[in-house]
Amino acid sequence: MSAHSVADPIPADHEGGFDLHRTRKTGMWVFLGSECIFFGAMISTFLLYRNTTADGPGAELFDVAFTSASSFVLLMSSLTMVLAHNAFERRDIRQARIWLTGTALLGATFLAGQIFEFTEFVHAGLTMSTSPFGSSFYMLTGFHGAHVAIGVMMLTAMVILSTSGRLHHDRGLNVELVGLYWHFVDIVWIVIFTIVYLLQV
Amino acid sequence: MTAVAAPLTQDGRSGIWGWITTVDHKRIGILYGVTAFTFFLIGGIEALLVRTQLAQADGTLLSAEAYNQLFTMHGLTMVFLVVMPTASAFTNYFLPIMLGARDVAFPRLNAFSYWLFLFAGLMIYTSFFAGGAPDGAWVGYAPLSGQITEAVRMDFWSVGLQLLGVASIVSSANFVATCFTMRAPGMTMLRMPVFAWMSLVVAFLLLFSLPSVAIGLFQLFLDRNFGALFYEAAAGADPLLWQHLFWIFGHPEVYVLVLPAMGIVSEVLPVFSRKPLFGYEFVVFSGVAIGFIGFGVWSHHMFTSGMGPVAEAGFGVATMIIAIPTGVKIFNWIGTTWGGRLNMSTPMLFSLGFIAMFVIGGLSGITHAVVPSDYQQHDTYYVVGHFHYVLFGGAIFGYVAGVYYWFPKWTGRMLDERIGKIHFWLMLLGFNLTFGPMHILGLNGMPRRTYRYPEGLGFEFWNLMATIGSYIIGISLLFFIWNIIRSRRNGTLSGSDPWDGRTLEWSIPSPPPEHNFDEVPLVRSLDDFWHTKYAEDEQGRAVRIPAVTGAEIDVFAEEEGEAHGDIHMPSPSYYPALSALGLVILGYGFVYLSFGWIAVAVGGVVALWGLFGWSLEPVTRSEHH
Amino acid sequence: MTVVQHTAHPAPKLYWIVALILALVTALEVAASYIDALDPVLVPLLLGLGAIKFGIVIAFFMHLKFDRPLYRSLFLLGVFGSIPLFVVLLLTFNAL
Repeated sequence: MSAHSVADPIPADHEGGFDLHRTRKTGMWVFLGSECIFFGAMISTFLLYRNTTADGPGAELFDVAFTSASSFVLLMSSLTMVLAHNAFERRDIRQARIWLTGTALLGATFLAGQIFEFTEFVHAGLTMSTSPFGSSFYMLTGFHGAHVAIGVMMLTAMVILSTSGRLHHDRGLNVELVGLYWHFVDIVWIVIFTIVYLLQV
Repeated sequence: MTAVAAPLTQDGRSGIWGWITTVDHKRIGILYGVTAFTFFLIGGIEALLVRTQLAQADGTLLSAEAYNQLFTMHGLTMVFLVVMPTASAFTNYFLPIMLGARDVAFPRLNAFSYWLFLFAGLMIYTSFFAGGAPDGAWVGYAPLSGQITEAVRMDFWSVGLQLLGVASIVSSANFVATCFTMRAPGMTMLRMPVFAWMSLVVAFLLLFSLPSVAIGLFQLFLDRNFGALFYEAAAGADPLLWQHLFWIFGHPEVYVLVLPAMGIVSEVLPVFSRKPLFGYEFVVFSGVAIGFIGFGVWSHHMFTSGMGPVAEAGFGVATMIIAIPTGVKIFNWIGTTWGGRLNMSTPMLFSLGFIAMFVIGGLSGITHAVVPSDYQQHDTYYVVGHFHYVLFGGAIFGYVAGVYYWFPKWTGRMLDERIGKIHFWLMLLGFNLTFGPMHILGLNGMPRRTYRYPEGLGFEFWNLMATIGSYIIGISLLFFIWNIIRSRRNGTLSGSDPWDGRTLEWSIPSPPPEHNFDEVPLVRSLDDFWHTKYAEDEQGRAVRIPAVTGAEIDVFAEEEGEAHGDIHMPSPSYYPALSALGLVILGYGFVYLSFGWIAVAVGGVVALWGLFGWSLEPVTRSEHH
Repeated sequence: MTVVQHTAHPAPKLYWIVALILALVTALEVAASYIDALDPVLVPLLLGLGAIKFGIVIAFFMHLKFDRPLYRSLFLLGVFGSIPLFVVLLLTFNAL
């Protein structure tokens, strides 16, 4: 049976009477739903203040070409992530490790791009205290970057664990769950990139 | 000493270390309950100090500075450190049992939520000794909250609330996963007890409202400490943004506070009316509707902020609409008691008290929904009267009903009925004497959040009455405490089902064993436990089924290898407490940013150690008994 | 009572195709933002293309199209809940 409705009680033939993996995925998905509000509030603040530049620099600082490149990098890291999960499901730990490493590296590259971009902007006179625009821009992209950094940490941890055969299906640190988190961070960036960079109305 | 909690864990851990490492939802529920009650007494003392100051005109007991800290902390304490954790205590203890499960979805995360709540609550209180407690009101409006520079008071407030928010978010994800994936066989969603449903709705409310205030709090923190300009009008920002982000959380929050109490009332009334809940589906769906609509009314806290007639009209209408599902519940509760054989024991008294007081509070709430009326009422004592009627007369009466109802299940002993009735009547009297007059004071123009009022404005009499009422509440609580202490030692033994209950928690021993159920129940209907005790005759009256042993009733699911000795419970762990400790140390670092980088580093390391250890350890390490 | 069988994972090839589509859509978006003639329809166009990328990643990379309906409900509640919430917020500021 693959189509379960929300109303079905769980089958009681797993240890402890419930399917832990399903339970964990439920927890992760509802958490990601909650994160939509988190980023939604920051995006709203940015939209409110997008033109409140207080005589400081504004969106003219953006280098859309550069940011497109780093967006592409992050988008491809979602590919490597899903390939890592696919390899793990096929019990090909070595392949999984390669793709996990690739994902972490692409994520780190994205972060490097962000840091480079921020330093350029700071030199050009846009800081958190320049204007409400500056505050909301850095907070939104900064929090996103922090999420990416946490993701890179988890990915690195999994790479290290996989070298000693300690990457298990049934632990909290789990390829599929980290994958869901990672993809989410990617789609948040899709929204941010569109609204902040592409739609400089 | 009477054992309040489950006996020793499988690992044989006892004593303090057993409590620190516990992942048993029942023990965690007790930890939440005892901690919340302690904070309740502290918040009550803060209230008594405020009331004593206001008993006379030109009161001299408290300076303005002290007063502002006390009323701020009273609000913060009652909302975040008392009512929410009390709801958590009940949900923690009973949600798994009501669903026929052995624990929540993520037992260690459950423990983490508790420890983070405790440590963050203590952290906020240490501010009293570190230059002063937060004093910008529990709602911390910008720009004031951004400008208070005395010590680091408002940083304790913003960082502390963030940490408490994290605890609630993860706890809510835990309960959602539990409700959706861990129900016993046969328990469909519409066979879950109403209390379980309300806990589920509350979990969703928190998951989708807390992030908004989290952002507001981060923005405030950045304004205060990093020169950000989110709420600086001089830079072109709009401080009103704070109010929006706060109340997008703050309004659903009030339903977070009251829905679990409504759930408890929905459990108590049927048992003490000896009738099923009238309109179960209506009660459930109106709770869900309140949850949804609750996200659409937040700006009714902001009618006087100049939003313009369109916004005000919209939110005013939405606020009136939310009265409808609330009314549905009230009518269903009346329908439950109507024609029942009422058992007027203390749980029933507090539940009926809940309904009456909540209706009064709801009526004053309707007057707030009328925008021009609210223009006059806003920021006066009328509002203070309104919300205490719904939160104290409502939520707290409901939770006290829960204590009287479920005390036998936690301890195996009954609370004393005579003392309980004294507690009830004194509390009802004191409560109404305290908060009833506030409606009059508000309409006569007494503003809230001011540390004294001058003579000659006509406020003296009712303020004095309110203060007397608050002391009567205090005395009633002494009876409550005495009842609990005395009954734990000498209370009548209750057995597993002292009230002839309807739901699964009454089918297991009092107190329950760690694994809850010897065999996972097979659920055939709503109020399944009741139907194992009673059948109906031709006239629909309940007929007691003669007591049979477990072997004869086919109420238990057969599970291979699930004989009593083979149950694997999650193992205790110190990583949750450790991770929580690390986060709070990190929090101190953020409060004291100028020299707090050491705390940030230390806290970060501790938290990471805890989190990694936790994510790498297996859930169950224990072997068979 | 049967266990939910983990739906067989698609072959990696599908993921490469999805990634290619994502890259193409991104290129389209960036190009569109530079073409002045598209300015009048730029907002809905870019939001629409962004939504397509969003949806594809969720459906295929996050596997939501093939997974339990419960996960879909939980997540979409967040997505479709936050949009009206913040639209109303911004409208009160006349910021939309």
